[in-house]
Amino acid sequence: MAYSKKLLDHYENPQNVGSFAKDEKNIGTGLVGAPACGDVMKLQIKVSDDGIITDAKFKTFGCGSAIASSSLATEWIKGQKIDEAAKITNGQIAEELSLPPVKIHCSVLAEEAIKAAIEDYKKHKNAA
Amino acid sequence: MTVKLPIYLDYQSTTPMDPRVVEVMIDCMKNDYGNPHSRTHSLGWKAEEMVEIARKNVADLIGADSKEIFFTSGATESNNIAIKGVAHFYGATGKNHVVTIATEHKCVINSVRDLEQEGFSVTFLQVQQNGLVDLKQLETAITDKTCLVSIMTVNNEIGVIQPLAEIGALCRKKGAFFHTDAAQAFGKIPLDVNSMNIDLMSISGHKIYGPKGIGAIYLRRKPRVRIKPIFSGGGQERGIRAGTLPTPLVVGLGKASEIAKNEMQKDHDHIKKLSDKLFDGVTKLTHVYLNGDLEQRYIGNLNFSFAGIEGESMIMAIKDLAVSSGSACTSSSLEPSYVLHALGVSDELAHTSIRFGIGRFTTEEEVDYAIKLIASKVDKLRHLSPLWEMMQDGIDLKSIEWKGH
Repeated sequence: MAYSKKLLDHYENPQNVGSFAKDEKNIGTGLVGAPACGDVMKLQIKVSDDGIITDAKFKTFGCGSAIASSSLATEWIKGQKIDEAAKITNGQIAEELSLPPVKIHCSVLAEEAIKAAIEDYKKHKNAA
Repeated sequence: MTVKLPIYLDYQSTTPMDPRVVEVMIDCMKNDYGNPHSRTHSLGWKAEEMVEIARKNVADLIGADSKEIFFTSGATESNNIAIKGVAHFYGATGKNHVVTIATEHKCVINSVRDLEQEGFSVTFLQVQQNGLVDLKQLETAITDKTCLVSIMTVNNEIGVIQPLAEIGALCRKKGAFFHTDAAQAFGKIPLDVNSMNIDLMSISGHKIYGPKGIGAIYLRRKPRVRIKPIFSGGGQERGIRAGTLPTPLVVGLGKASEIAKNEMQKDHDHIKKLSDKLFDGVTKLTHVYLNGDLEQRYIGNLNFSFAGIEGESMIMAIKDLAVSSGSACTSSSLEPSYVLHALGVSDELAHTSIRFGIGRFTTEEEVDYAIKLIASKVDKLRHLSPLWEMMQDGIDLKSIEWKGH
């Protein structure tokens, strides 16, 4: 399967790999996918008081496209307001990485991971 | 010594041709263009003679008689002829039941499925956790209506060797023919159709350093196995498989068989040494599991699951190694390997499997390079893996409610 240069770049040198410390504040965590399907993405955001994503991290179990999609997603959302980040669509990710049709689900997962992280952040904030 | 990249570790998929095979084939293509079925001139006779020498070389490798070997385009065709051919011939006599196992190659599974569509009764036996058939289950499955039991010799994905002699004895006792797909075994492990009571065998050329596009089927003469041929044609191969024989391919298969017979021990010793080395090097890493039985296996096949690392991303990371994955993402389907599934390997581990194949031309330097590369990439990819992180934190992956697609 021929992958685009951008995709390979993100795969070879993934950005923002890791997890935030468990006791850190203002974190939202999205965990999407399932091991049985061969894709699991964990995407975390750190949000400032005025609702801006100041940092993002990910870990992904999945194929090269899944890893690249999540790496790209963390790059894009850093510095964005959470409401803007929630508008990122899988189509934008798929287009940027020139995902082949059988890999579109990887970009869907990345979009869901962003949304899930934002939901999680809001839930914690409201609870606090 | 520097190694040439990529390193070929996909010998179950196909093999590079042995230079000695190439040599005899080129010679044949240049000089012996006669039709082996031509009876009216010396060019035909010469080609026929070469075909018959090849036939004997194939037969000798499995303890068969030349007259029991028929050339085909490969193991897929042989499997089709064996399964559909026997069923269609004996189905008319009331023997309309076929038994096989869940881990067969797709061409066997789909041939049996075709028969099912036609109204035949079929049984797909599950295998045990080690990949081997349960003989008691098999015995129960064979009835007086069973015309054929088709069980592969060596599994293509995980390399386990089925107990052929025991299966053969069982089939003989119960009056069913025994067919085995030996594509991954022929020329690699000792096979004897008589002591193992094998009635039909499928053989491939390109898995034993021969050319692609040629194979053979063994059909027992005493007691005679009859089949209804698939092709209609000019009666070549005594009506079993019509069509002009491709002499250079046949000669290539013959030569590859001859070499395999003469050098089986040498090949075995070489491959065993490298396979042991790869096994030791890779299993030093934590949470790496070998799929399939540890003992009853062809040594040139090592199928590992690397916990926490999805197969395709692993293959991309070790792109200097030409390997195969049972993982879904390399194929168009999203299902993990049906073979590993049949072994009861969990879906998440099935997604992490990689098959390493070692063969005649693999070198020690290549295996050393592979071990080093695998070790460094396993670390990198586990660092990337949320599943690995959870496992390290002692979280049971099964305790999480996954939202899969």
